[in-house]
Amino acid sequence: MTDSTFPEAPAASACPACVAAPMARRIAASGARADGAERGALMLSLPDIRCAACITIVEKALERHPGVRSARVNLTLKRAIVDTDPGITAEALIDTVASVGYTAHELDPAALSATATDRQGRELLMRLAVAGFAAMNVMLLSVAVWSGAEHATRDMFHWISALIAVPAIAFAGQPFFRSAWAALRHGRLNMDVPITLAILLALGTSLYETAHSGENAYFDAAISLTFFLLAGRYLDHRTRAIARSAAEELAALEVPRAERVTLDGTETVDVATLVAGETILVRPGGRMPVDGVIALGTSELDRSLLTGETLPVFAGPGQAVSAGEVNLTGPLRVTVTAAGRDSSLHRMADLVAIAESTRNRYTSLADRAAGLYAPGVHILSFLAGVGWYAYTGDARLAINIAAAVLIITCPCALGLAVPAVTTAASGRLFRRGLLIKDGTALERLAEVDTVVFDKTGTLTLGTPVMLSPETADPALLALAAGLAAGSSHPLSRAVADGAAVVGVVPETVEDLREVPGYGTEAVWRGRRVRLGRAAWVGAEAAEQTSAWLGVEGQAPTAFLFEDRLRPGAEAAVAGLREAGLTVAMISGDSGPAVRRFAERLGISDWTAEALPEDKAARIAALSAEGRRVLMVGDGLNDTAALASAHVSISPATALDAARVASDIVLLGEDIAPVAEAVRTARRAVRRIRENFRIATVYNVVAVPLAIAGFATPLVAALAMSASSITVSLNALRLR
Amino acid sequence: MQILTILIPVSLLLGGVGLAAFFWMVRHNQFDDPEGDSQRILSKEFDDQPKQ
Repeated sequence: MTDSTFPEAPAASACPACVAAPMARRIAASGARADGAERGALMLSLPDIRCAACITIVEKALERHPGVRSARVNLTLKRAIVDTDPGITAEALIDTVASVGYTAHELDPAALSATATDRQGRELLMRLAVAGFAAMNVMLLSVAVWSGAEHATRDMFHWISALIAVPAIAFAGQPFFRSAWAALRHGRLNMDVPITLAILLALGTSLYETAHSGENAYFDAAISLTFFLLAGRYLDHRTRAIARSAAEELAALEVPRAERVTLDGTETVDVATLVAGETILVRPGGRMPVDGVIALGTSELDRSLLTGETLPVFAGPGQAVSAGEVNLTGPLRVTVTAAGRDSSLHRMADLVAIAESTRNRYTSLADRAAGLYAPGVHILSFLAGVGWYAYTGDARLAINIAAAVLIITCPCALGLAVPAVTTAASGRLFRRGLLIKDGTALERLAEVDTVVFDKTGTLTLGTPVMLSPETADPALLALAAGLAAGSSHPLSRAVADGAAVVGVVPETVEDLREVPGYGTEAVWRGRRVRLGRAAWVGAEAAEQTSAWLGVEGQAPTAFLFEDRLRPGAEAAVAGLREAGLTVAMISGDSGPAVRRFAERLGISDWTAEALPEDKAARIAALSAEGRRVLMVGDGLNDTAALASAHVSISPATALDAARVASDIVLLGEDIAPVAEAVRTARRAVRRIRENFRIATVYNVVAVPLAIAGFATPLVAALAMSASSITVSLNALRLR
Repeated sequence: MQILTILIPVSLLLGGVGLAAFFWMVRHNQFDDPEGDSQRILSKEFDDQPKQ
C-alpha cells in the first residue's frame, strides 16, 4: 500500500542532519544492546501513521531534534522508540512530531516491558519451524515408503526419518512434555498427557519396528502431530499477545506523573514517589493522581468517572478530593493524604482482583472437551492393546495397535478447534474496534442474556451539549458565547458550540476573565456580565446541568445542557434487543437525566442515583436469578459490577481500574460494535462446537479402523491432516 | 539408487541452512515489524545497518 499523495522524502544529501545521523546510528549500534527501558529510551505512540513516507518523515524529524541519538518507527505497533540523551522530555519530541503533522502520545515504557520482547512467542515460533521442517522431510521419505520402497531401501528411509524426527520432537515437543509432566505430578490429566503419550509411544514403537525391519513406522505421524498442535498453540499465543500488548498500550498512555510543589517552583515526578503530606499542583484538565485535600485554589471537579454524576462540583480549599477526579477550570494545590497503594483508586483495584479470581473458575469449552477426551482415549487405547494381546498373544502387535489408536485419535482437531476460531473471531472484532482481553471472554459473551449499561461515559460521552439552542434568545446566546470564549470549561465549550450550531456570532466583551470554580466575567456595554454557577450569578440552582447568564440589572437566564449520546448507542441497544437480550440501565446520575436517556433509547428498566454497591448488588441479584449478565461501564463506580458480571465491556476512555476489570475493551468512540460482539461470539461458539463435531466424526470413522488393525501410517497421516485442515477452514469462515 | 546417498544429505543440508537462517532472523528481531518492513522498501532512505 503506497500513498502517492505524500511528498517524496528528500534525498539523503539535502538534509543537514544527515551528516550526523549515520554517526548517531553507529554510536547507538555500538552501545549496549539492552532493552529500551534500561537505555532510558522514550516511547511514543503514533496512532495515525500508516505509510512509508510517514516513517521517513517522523524518523527524520525526530533525528534532527537536538539530543536524539536515534529514532526507529515500528509500523506494526504504531510506535516510535527514541534513544535520547538524558534530559530530553517526551513533550519536546511530541511537539517535534506534531510540527511535521502527526499526533504522538507518550507511552510509559514500564507498563510495556512485558511485551517488549515476546520471548515465549518467539520460542514457540522456533519450535514450530523445526517441527515444520522435520515434518516436510519425513513426509517426503514416507511417501517413498508408501509408494513401494522395500527391504533395505525402506529400512534406510526409516532410519533417516528417525534421525530427523527424534531430535526434532525432542526440541519441538517440549511444551507438551512439560505441561503433561506438571499435570501428572499433581495427579491430574490434561490434554497434553494423551498428546505426549501418543508422540512417545509412536516414536518408541517406530524405532523398535525399524530396528527389526518392520513394515510400519509412524515417524511422520508423530512429527506432523507435533507440528499441527504447535500451530494451534502458536495461534492461541498470538491472539493473547496481541490483546495483551494492546491493553498494555492503553495503560501505558497514562503516564503516572505528578507535579510536586517544591520551595522553588514545581518538579515533575513519578506518582509512585509521592508520599502523604507533600503538595502537588493539578492543572486544569488534569486528573487527580492521589487522594488529598485542596490547600489552595478554587475550581470545579468532574467526578463522573467516580460517581456517574454529570454535574461538575465546586472545589475549594479544605475539600477532600479522590484520585481519578478531573480538575476543570483553575489550578489546584493539593496536599497528599494517600498515594499509590493506599489511594481509593488502588483499593478499588484490589477489590477487582478478588472478584476476578472468582470468575477464573469458568471452565472453557476446550477444558470441558479435554476432560471427556483425555481419559476416554487412554481407556480406548489400553483396551485395544489388551484385547489384541488376549486374542493373538503377540505383545508387539498389541502395542502397535494401541499406539495406532492413540495417534488416530490425535487431538489435532481439538487442539486447533478452539484457537483457530478464537483467532478468527478476535481478529474480526479487533478490526471493528473491540479488544478481547480474556481467553474465555468470547464463550462467556455468547451465553449472555441480559445487558446492563452504565449511563455516563458509556451510553453517553460525558461531554455536555446545549439543549435546544434554537429556542434561546439570540441576543443572550451571543453574549453567552462571547463570555464562553474565556474558558475551556466543558459547559463553556458547549455554549460556544450551541451558538455556532444556530449561527449566532459571539458578542465582543471587554475585560474577559475566568474565575475558577465559578465561571467567566466580563464588561459588556458598560455593564458587568457573568456566565457561570447559579449562586454566583444570583439564581436558584436547577436540578439539571445548567449555566446561568447574568447581566447587571436583569434577571438571570439559564442555559440547559444534557450529556451527548455516544454514537451508535441507539444501534447498540436495538441490536442487542434483536439478538434477544434484555437491556437495562443503571446510573449514579440524578433521576431526570437518566429517565430522559432511558426513554430516548427505549430502555424501560432503569435505575438512577445508584451507589457502586447498588450496581454490584443488582448484578449479583440478576446472577442469582440464573441470568448471565453483560455489564458495560466505564467509571470507578462500575468496577465492582464489571468484575462480578458474567462478562464485561468498557470503553477505552474508561478509568484504568475499570478497563482492568473488564474482559473486552471498546477502542473507538462508537458503541454499536457491542451488539456485533454478541453476534460474533455466538457464531464463534457455534463454530467451536461444529469443530468438535467434525473431530468426533473423524474419530468415529477412524478409531474402529485403528482398533481393527487396519490403520497403516498412510491412513493415520490422511486422517490427521484432513481433520486438522477441515477444522481450520471451518474456523476461517468466521473472518 | 546410488544417487540417493548424495541427494538426501544435500536436501537435508539445504533445508537445514534455511532453518538456521530462520533461527538467526527470529533472534535478531527481523519479524518485529513486518508491516514497517514492507513499507520501508519504498523509501529512499537507505537503511544498511539496524538502528537499534
